[in-house]
Amino acid sequence: MKSLDSKWAPYLYVAPFFVIFAAFGLFPLVYTAWVSLHEWDIAGQGGFVGLDNYTTLFGDPDFWNATVNTIGMLVLATVPQLFGALVLASLLNQKLRGLTFLRMGVLLPIVTSVAAVGIVFSQIFDRDAGMANGLLGLLGVSPVDWHADKWSSWTAIATMVNWRWTGYNALIYLAAMQAVPKDLYEAATVDGASKVRQFFSITVPNIRPAILFTVIMSTIAGMQLFTEPLIFAQGGFAISGGSLRQFQTVSMFMFEKAFRDFDYGYGSAVAWVIFLLITLLAVVNFLITRRSR
Amino acid sequence: MSRLIALAAVCVLAGCGAQATDGDTTLVVKTFSQFGYEDLYREYEASHPGVKIKEENIGKLGDYSPKLQQWMQTGKGAGDVVALEEGILVQFMAKPDQFADLREHGAAELEPNFLPWKWKQAVTGDGKIVGLGTDVGAQGMCYRKDLFAAAGLPSDREQVGALWPTWEKYVEVGKSFKGAKFFDSAGGVYQNVLMQQGDHTYYDRSNKLVIDSNPGVRAAWDTTIKMIEAGLSANVDQWSPQWNAGFKNGAFATIPCPSWMLGTIEKQSGPELKGKWDVTRVPGDGAVRGGSFLAVPKQSKHQKEAAELAKFLTGAKGQTTAFKSKNNFPSSPQAIDDPAVRDFTNPYFSDAPVGKIFGESVKALKPVYLGPDNIAINDRVANALTAVEQGKLTPADAWTKAVDDAKRLVK
Repeated sequence: MKSLDSKWAPYLYVAPFFVIFAAFGLFPLVYTAWVSLHEWDIAGQGGFVGLDNYTTLFGDPDFWNATVNTIGMLVLATVPQLFGALVLASLLNQKLRGLTFLRMGVLLPIVTSVAAVGIVFSQIFDRDAGMANGLLGLLGVSPVDWHADKWSSWTAIATMVNWRWTGYNALIYLAAMQAVPKDLYEAATVDGASKVRQFFSITVPNIRPAILFTVIMSTIAGMQLFTEPLIFAQGGFAISGGSLRQFQTVSMFMFEKAFRDFDYGYGSAVAWVIFLLITLLAVVNFLITRRSR
Repeated sequence: MSRLIALAAVCVLAGCGAQATDGDTTLVVKTFSQFGYEDLYREYEASHPGVKIKEENIGKLGDYSPKLQQWMQTGKGAGDVVALEEGILVQFMAKPDQFADLREHGAAELEPNFLPWKWKQAVTGDGKIVGLGTDVGAQGMCYRKDLFAAAGLPSDREQVGALWPTWEKYVEVGKSFKGAKFFDSAGGVYQNVLMQQGDHTYYDRSNKLVIDSNPGVRAAWDTTIKMIEAGLSANVDQWSPQWNAGFKNGAFATIPCPSWMLGTIEKQSGPELKGKWDVTRVPGDGAVRGGSFLAVPKQSKHQKEAAELAKFLTGAKGQTTAFKSKNNFPSSPQAIDDPAVRDFTNPYFSDAPVGKIFGESVKALKPVYLGPDNIAINDRVANALTAVEQGKLTPADAWTKAVDDAKRLVK
């Protein structure tokens, strides 16, 4: 009896995770794959169509447009965000007055509801009465119709993402920085290395795992970007992300197909391709970040 | 992605909805926007002991329709009575089995209580009654009296209506108008012009896509383009926050307003603009835009009681009450001719005789056939018009894009 306990107990202990993962992680994935192989609309399941949905998808210009938009905004949001977070973290790693207050302060944007962020920033980037255009006006720049162009809408949306997540990443870096042994810096100072040199030669290599983590997490979040552009878009057909789909992301595209056009089969195919894209990008990121060691 | 998949899976697995049971029969009514039924529920509950009514409302039609599709698809959550907007109704008419046949609940004899074309919209080829008409989107033109006066134009509603017998004249007036943009957004005006172009729009009556061969669509498009090129549009998307703010700021002087929109205009403009708005006739002939039906889903456990309630709400008296509450214009000839509707004036809109204005519009109208994907196609056409407003596409390129998008959608 006792040996049975010790044999099965560990499995029992880890079972909750696997049961929940199977129900909410694995099953939807598999089921979505199943749906994506069918003609499936509001009338219910139609016939099995094999990879037809995927063939259509790869020939759909709106899908490629959404992919380009997503990656564009991903770059615009991730790169400045992580650089900003690194700088912020190294500042917070100094001896400053009110350090805890400042460290908590950078967390504030995360506890703000994303819908609120979307609404406030949409007002800031409003064409007729927005603050952004007001400031540009002071510099003598004529007002920008933020929704009309790719560059302007991407900038507006990336700003929301950056504002919200820079502090979070900074805290992750900060935690990693505090684990870097102090004697490395002391030795470097004795050798006459500047602060900047120390940052790039000691700090960055030592917190590489944290950087890798944030790069991958930001990539995944960026590929799923949905709420910010949707709220920014506004109007009755917001899910199209602008009159010419200037800032429709792949998640929005999937939602439009599945829940607006009610083409569940096609929507599921989009969902699976997003999944594969994220996996691909995560692997690429991983390889790049690891090789540059 | 996992979040979205989980969302879909949860609805598939668990169903999205709840049921209440406590001796009484609780009827759940699903609506969008504003139906103005509150008083009618109380009255019905009083005259039908043992029946409780619960309305579950979703503000925007755009949010309501996907939910509705989900309830119907999963067989759960649709409640006992559902509101169907005419654009959605067309899609469901292809699968009428999801709804109770109201003939079985004595609805066949109600035919004379509805405008003939409204009645026919919800009856299948083999005579099954899917839904009963509520309101019709009778068309009017709302305008800001004070802005008209400031621009040196007449502000009296008869004289204003006489300024624009046709949309061409409307453009002429708009060109000389000073002080604000002339209308809110090209998409809205386009919709109104389109609904005046006769028998059908993007689909013919055999459900063939005719967007590029129906001269009516092209005519509505060209008229709208003329307005954009004349600089009349304030270029604010309908239902967006800028649009809402535009009412308060006086960003536009006119807005084509179906009867159901008066409630929205009043809400967005606020009490300080009371008496500044007025309603007059719309250019061109009368037209309808929007309008709804009530239906009883097969999934309801109280189909008989639900059908009775639907009959009550869509009856002449129910429609009159809804009109007085939210200006949803009746589809019942008896209600239209009821003095309570005919002589009704709206105090917010400078006591405009909206009952008379909309009544005339409804009588002049020709019913328009919409076809299955009309909403999705219209969204794409409206997007193309927005791109022209933004100066991102030439009218010719935008037209090509709209037609291509529609064809790709329908496949």
